[in-house]
Amino acid sequence: MEDRGIELARWFDDRLGVARISKTALNKIFPDHWSFLLGEIAMYSFAIIIITGIFLTLFFVPSTKEVIYNGSYVPLRGQRVSEAYQSTVDISLNVRAGLVMRQMHHWAADIFAAAIVVHLCRIFFTGAFRRPRELNYMIGLTMLILVIVNGFIGYSLPDDQISGAGLRIAFSIFLSIPIIGTWGAFLLWGGNFPGNGDIIPRFYSLHILILPAVIAGLLAAHLGIMWHQKHTDFPGKDKSNRKVVGSSFWPTYTAKTTGYFFIIFGGLALLGGLFQINPIWLYGSYEPYKVSYAVQPDWYMGWLDGALRIMPAWETQFASRYLISAPFYPAVLMPGITFGLLYAWPFIEARFRKDDKAFEHHELDRPRDRPVRTALGVGVLSFYVMLFLASSTDVLANTLRVSLNGVLWTFRIGTPTIPIVVGLATYQICKELSRAPRAGLRKRSNVVVRSPEGGYATVRADIHPGDKEGEPPPEPLPEEAVRRGVAAPAPAGGDGEEEVGVGAERSDATEVPPPRRFSSLLRPWHRPAGSS
Amino acid sequence: MSTGGDDQSGSDDVSTGGENPGGTGPGAGSGGGTATSTTATTVEDLRLEIPVERPRRAENFVALCFTVSVLATIGLAITYSLGGQPQAEGALLGLGLAGIGIGLAAWGKYLMPQGPFVEDRHELPTTEKDKQAFGAAFSRGQVAVERRGFLGKLLGAAIGVFSIVGIFPFIRSLYNPRPGNQLDYTQFRRGSRLVQINGRPVMADDVDVGGVLTVFPEGHEGDAVSQTLLIRASSVPITTLPGRETWSPHGYLAYSKLCTHAGCPVSLYQQQVQQLLCPCHQSVFTILNGARPIFGPAPRLIPQLPIMDNGDGFLRAQSDYQEPVGPGYWERNTSTTLNPPKKAAGQ
Repeated sequence: MEDRGIELARWFDDRLGVARISKTALNKIFPDHWSFLLGEIAMYSFAIIIITGIFLTLFFVPSTKEVIYNGSYVPLRGQRVSEAYQSTVDISLNVRAGLVMRQMHHWAADIFAAAIVVHLCRIFFTGAFRRPRELNYMIGLTMLILVIVNGFIGYSLPDDQISGAGLRIAFSIFLSIPIIGTWGAFLLWGGNFPGNGDIIPRFYSLHILILPAVIAGLLAAHLGIMWHQKHTDFPGKDKSNRKVVGSSFWPTYTAKTTGYFFIIFGGLALLGGLFQINPIWLYGSYEPYKVSYAVQPDWYMGWLDGALRIMPAWETQFASRYLISAPFYPAVLMPGITFGLLYAWPFIEARFRKDDKAFEHHELDRPRDRPVRTALGVGVLSFYVMLFLASSTDVLANTLRVSLNGVLWTFRIGTPTIPIVVGLATYQICKELSRAPRAGLRKRSNVVVRSPEGGYATVRADIHPGDKEGEPPPEPLPEEAVRRGVAAPAPAGGDGEEEVGVGAERSDATEVPPPRRFSSLLRPWHRPAGSS
Repeated sequence: MSTGGDDQSGSDDVSTGGENPGGTGPGAGSGGGTATSTTATTVEDLRLEIPVERPRRAENFVALCFTVSVLATIGLAITYSLGGQPQAEGALLGLGLAGIGIGLAAWGKYLMPQGPFVEDRHELPTTEKDKQAFGAAFSRGQVAVERRGFLGKLLGAAIGVFSIVGIFPFIRSLYNPRPGNQLDYTQFRRGSRLVQINGRPVMADDVDVGGVLTVFPEGHEGDAVSQTLLIRASSVPITTLPGRETWSPHGYLAYSKLCTHAGCPVSLYQQQVQQLLCPCHQSVFTILNGARPIFGPAPRLIPQLPIMDNGDGFLRAQSDYQEPVGPGYWERNTSTTLNPPKKAAGQ
């Protein structure tokens, strides 16, 4: 097996000369921290979106041509529906495994956007956007925008009643853009809303070809740059700004990350099979004169919908000739400012930070150590959370049995004020935490044990996985050490005898703990360490 | 110390488990001897050792995961071939994939070397020498290009013209139809009968007080722009605003169904308070004084359609709306409001 692998590698190397670069890749070091997996959720969701999306394209008909539904879903029989809607109902109810695939696709899109946002938070709060990573940060932001846009487009494709209402609002938002809005909206829709049946086919080619291709390209660049610049890491014992500490790409990281892909795939399959999402056959085909109650978009559009709801009724008429209409401020200007500030943030912060401008930041900040940035970030985040919640004003009013008026005014007042309170509180918490340097670090517990004779003793608990304490100091991989002429890791002092008492002996000699027990990894806290 | 029993079992674990990782490279002494060879994988190094004490258990766990996966996937195949069932498919597919995933991750976490290993970061910027070499290479080419600066400018012109013309198919072809004044008018004309979506004309006594209908100009049933909400708010005419004395025969009020905020159909009529509610963003309009927005984000009154009853029982439009319906747009000017209604379109 091993020989075959080497032989194959030789075959390729003879033709492409890839052994050296492949060796470097296999020996690449990846730091371990749970928060570094957030971006991977996004990446793997994208892969799953592509897989399930290919399945859906085999059956979806991107056409608004009206047909009389005559399929298996009885309540719709005899109704005039569009072909897009009919084919989506067919995928859901007639195509074998179609519903699972469709729902996985939808869930994966929601998870994809969520993972990107949480990943962005991680990047922001730990300062991973700083030099030299500003470019990659901006690529990531661009992907976020494209994912939101493509998610909205995909949500619109089934041409059902709810997504149609969303498209109507989108058309109005286009109309509100000064100067080019009217022409832009007519250009995209092929006429006044709802257009002449052009929008669904156009959205279809955007959704399945153009935007995915752009996202895939950006993702490749994102990963390539990350690989080249190497991953950031939190400061810690035996770490520094000039080193990467962790496990090697091959085989450990490869196994873990591949496993992670399958776990996410499996999780999305469970969501897709067991949790209904967007049951369009209940909504009916889109008719412009119909609308239903509790029309909420997918979650990543919630902030825009909330902003549209709570915005005061402002319009600006210029010289009685031109109009900036109401949706412009919440749905064009606000997102424009949002992403404008996000793109500019690394440069804004660099201007105010008093460090060497040419310094390369590879060590992450703990958020508490940057109270201003953290407070700003949390405050702004709470602003968007408020907007997101505001997209459910009608549902909140009904559920809580309070007046819609009260809910609306709560949000109109709360959305600008709560972020200030939250920001100030965050600042204070950061300050307090930085006065307690050990706060948040894991403590090794002491365990009281009782001996058979009835005596009590206190021993230290097993080292918990993730406790950096007691791990051997990081060294280069053996091959790397040899290549650089650094001595290979020295064999431990003792000889044959050492085989027996491996762990205990060594932990005495070099402060290195015994290997962890698998069982204790599953329930790690209660086992006292070997009390020798 | 005093925990003899526990200690005993603990060391048992060490010795039984110790044989497994030992199997990968028996003999610490011999390993030390070959440590300087090119494959310097010394098993004494804790960083390369299996990080758990009893690998057998971890192996069993991973094996269990993979076995569950195989069984679940076979179950999926059976479910699928029997005709499929969404919940079962999702659960089995999820189990099949998660089995592979958890197994692999556990393999990586418990049965593969964890390090920590260290790798130096390289300097990202190249050396000053590299930069200068690049500059030299670039300017060598630049000199050659600039020597024929005239050709360069012509090339720029050629590409520029091509780019501009090349954009035409992508933009100009889409400008059909142009916006024109499509946003200013609807399909209502003087004398248009109000009809329901199925084409049935609305008679003056069709709707009871408190009832509503969605109506369209005859011949344009379902038209997204012309959709109008016909409300029987009373049994006697209502003057919603000065100058609209004749607009509501028999107490019928006709308002555009397009919200002036974002164009959603304003379709919730609350009879007791005589209000309309838009379900998208919850703007509220009072219908007795011209659908004035009293709540929410809508900025303008909903345009009212002047309707009439010629005596034949049919409700008809007196004219088109007297201002653009629906949400605002850049070219919407105040004078549009003053435009006279368009000519009658044959009755």
